[in-house]
Formats: sequence, structure tokens, C-alpha cells
Amino acid sequence: MKLVTAVLKPHMLEPVKEALEAFGVRGLTISEVSGHGRQRGHTEVYRGAEYTVDFLPKVRLEVLVDAPEADDVVAAIVSAARTGKIGDGKVWVMPVDAVVRIRTGERDVEAL
Amino acid sequence: MVDGADTAWVLVCAALVLFMAPGLALFYGGMVRSKHVLAMMAQVFGAAAVVSVLWVLLGHSLAFGPDLHGVVGSLRLAGMAHPDDPVPGFDLHVPSTAFAAFQMMFAVITAALLAGAGADRMRFGSFLVLVGLWVLLVYAPLAHWVFSPNGWLAARGVLDFAGGTVVETNSGASALALALVLGARRGWPREQMAPHSLPLTLVGAGILWFGWLGFNAGSALAVGGLASQALLSTHLAACAGLLGWLLVEKLQTDHPTTLGAASGAVAGLVAITPAAGFVNSLGALAIGFAGGVVSVLAVEQKVRFGYDDSLDVVGVHGVAGVVGTLAVGVFATHTVNAGIAHRGLLDGGGVHLLLLQLLAVVVTIAWAFPVTWLVARGVGRVMPLRVPPEGELEGLDMHSHAESAYDIGGRRVAGRMGA
Repeated sequence: MKLVTAVLKPHMLEPVKEALEAFGVRGLTISEVSGHGRQRGHTEVYRGAEYTVDFLPKVRLEVLVDAPEADDVVAAIVSAARTGKIGDGKVWVMPVDAVVRIRTGERDVEAL
Repeated sequence: MVDGADTAWVLVCAALVLFMAPGLALFYGGMVRSKHVLAMMAQVFGAAAVVSVLWVLLGHSLAFGPDLHGVVGSLRLAGMAHPDDPVPGFDLHVPSTAFAAFQMMFAVITAALLAGAGADRMRFGSFLVLVGLWVLLVYAPLAHWVFSPNGWLAARGVLDFAGGTVVETNSGASALALALVLGARRGWPREQMAPHSLPLTLVGAGILWFGWLGFNAGSALAVGGLASQALLSTHLAACAGLLGWLLVEKLQTDHPTTLGAASGAVAGLVAITPAAGFVNSLGALAIGFAGGVVSVLAVEQKVRFGYDDSLDVVGVHGVAGVVGTLAVGVFATHTVNAGIAHRGLLDGGGVHLLLLQLLAVVVTIAWAFPVTWLVARGVGRVMPLRVPPEGELEGLDMHSHAESAYDIGGRRVAGRMGA
């Protein structure tokens, strides 16, 4: 099993969610986060004073998938979240040792 | 002889000017960080209460009571005694109480402006004591000199329709003195202190703009052509000031900001205040535009000079007030106001009026700055002017008032309620 984590522009959450549902992914977790990539943040101007805002609002999406599906899930996320502009975000994949569904005690692929 | 229409107009304008106080509370409240917004608004409302009470007890009489050598009014009208007496020097067609109420609101809004200079660090109680002393020692004498026809500056021919000196230059110079006595906010200018709610600031600016029509057009003290021109000029100057400020921002940073729009409108309103009843519509456009452009350039100097006038009372009110007061010497014309003794430069009056206006500016600064500085130092000897460092860090809302402005998702941003 794999954990696919994506950091996205907040307004791209909806198309990514639809793409994942179309793919057959049943569960996902999202959280509001802030951060920046290589391009850093942006500058705000108030009465001549310029402030650099380093941490921009983002959405982090996490989804557990069976290992053979991971590449296709990543591709679906990348395709749905891409605007081509700076700040589109990143997706990464990590191995997962065990998954348990708390309600039933099912393990691993059955628990997805 | 009391005129019903004139009285109605002045009373409505008094209410319009009072409405500027909550407008200012929103304007300022939006510009501070969220942990200080209630304290900012409390200071504006508190100033309105203290100044109104003291104005009735003493201030009105010092400013508009029977004249003592052109310097100050006597105490005959203290406590609003003799309300049926005519106001000395004026030929009014409104009851003296209507005039007193209108002038009271001027004192309220001028004193409340000072809250902007001490934002985020001044103790509530000390601020109220300070504005109380300030309105009697700084504002009332200046009002007598300029607004009362018996005052020594007015008698020389200085023109100030609605307060370019008494209200604007005065509040700017006083704000500078207060900011210097208080010292900078902790972390200024390294830390980010961006406004927490520009929508509040824009709503506040809109209310100020609305109330300002009463501030300036009401200063005609009668309905008719002069009030009409003053109202028109006031609105035009606000628009020109807004455009002037945004133009400078666009050229400097490529981003015309909403805070700039609000600030530019206020700067235009400030600049036209001394001139509203003396200049025509084209003059008003020029004055408002100049006010906006000069103010935006002025506020940018704050960091260079190293004084923390938190919300730019000096740059917006002080500087635009000086611009407008001097501009009267250029644009004042008999075609708008036949009652003025001297015409401006463009109406063939020569430089005489311009020099008089310069004198008024110099006198206003020379009075307001040192006296406010002494008042602030004096209050500071008796009670601390600033909240302790942890209060600034925690936020004045919580520290001074035990309240918080916002409850987001059941999580209070700051506050003790229910704890």
C-alpha cells in the first residue's frame, strides 16, 4: 500500500476530488496548510510599506491506495491540479506498512 | 432672527459630523491588527464622550465665549450658561445651542484622530485623560483664534472654512508630538503590521466621506449657494484625492491598493476642508488631487524619519491640511464667496492671502506640537501612557478591555469570556 500526499492550490481541491472519485478512490483526508515552494511567497503593499508573505494558503490531500494503483492516482491528481502557473504544488508517494479499519478490524487492502 | 431651514441644516450637519466618529472607528479599526481592533474603536468612542462633556463644561466657552484680547473666550458660556446669548462675532440665523452642538462634533472628531497616532500601545485611561486636557489646552484656543471672528488670526484675514488649521494641521502636529512621546510600537518597523480588515477600513472611509459633507457644507451655517458649493467641492476633492493617491501607487509599485483608495479620499477631504467655501469646483479638483499626491509621498517618509505615527495622522491629516490651507491662498475667489477680505493668487489677490495662510500654518504647528508634547509628558508623569510589553504582545483588546473582537469557529482569537 501507498500513501499519496498532494499539496495543492485551495481552489484545485474540487477538480482533484472529482478526478479521484472517477478513478474509484473511496476515502481521502484533507487539511488546510500553508507554505511555499521554490518561488517563495508574494509581496503585499500597504501605504507604501511592502510586506513579504512567505507562507501561502494551500490544501494538503492524503489518500491511501493499493500499491499498483499509486502511479495512476498520482497521474490523475497531477492532471486535475495543473494550471501551468507557479504554485501548483507537489505530489509524493510513501510506502505504508499497515492499515487497519477501526470499525471492523479489517487490515491492509480490505481496509481501504 | 432664527431661520427654520438654517437651523434644520445645522442640526442635520451636527449629526453628520458625529457620524464621522464611528466612521473613524471603523477606518482605524480595520487598519490595526485583529488583537487591537476593539481597543482602537474604544478610544474613538471614549474620546467622543470625554470631549463632548468637557466641551459643554468649558471648551465651548473657551473657544466661542466673549473674546479676551483675541486669545481665548471668557468663561461666561461655561456649562452652556446663557444659551440664548448670540455667539459673539457671528451673525447667525440658528440658535446658539445648534452652533454649539455643531462645533462640539468638530472637537470630537479632531480629538479622536489622535487615537491613530498611539494605536496598539496607548493605555485607554491615559488616552482619555490626554484628549480631555488636549481639547481644552490645544484645540479650544486654536478654535478661538481661527473660527471665532474675534480671534487674532481670523481678525487678520486668515481663511479656514471648516478646519484646515484647527482640525487637520492641528491633529497632524499633535499626533506627531504624541507619537514621539509614546515611542514606537514594539517590533516596528521590522515586524509585519498589516491591516487586519481592509473592508472595515473602506466602510469607515465611506462613512467619513458621507459625514464630511456635513462637516464642510454645514460650516456655511446656513442653507443656500455657499453650502451647495461647499458640498460639491468636498465630494469632488475626495474623488480627485482618491485618483491622485492611486496614480502615485500605480506608478511606484504597479498596484493601486484599496487602502490607497480609502486614504486618498480622506486626504482629498482633508485638503478641501479649509477651502470648501472659498474655491470653485475646478479649484476643488486641483486641491483634492494635490492632497492625495502629496499625502501618499508624505506617509512613505515615516520610516525614514523614524517616528511611529501608527495610522499616518501626520501624513494624511497634517500634510494634506497644510496643502489645503495654503491652497486657499491660491484658489480663493470672490465669485464663490464675496465675503472674504482677501482674494487668492489666481483671482488677482496677489500673495497677501497666501502669506496669511502660511502664518496660520506656522502658528498652528508652533502651538499644537509643543503644547501637546507637554500635555503628553505631563500625563505620563502621573500615569503610564503605554500598556506594559506583555499587553502589547497579547493585544490591547484582551489586555485593556477583557474582550475579543472575533470568534472564529468557536475559537476566540483573544478574550476571557467563558473562561
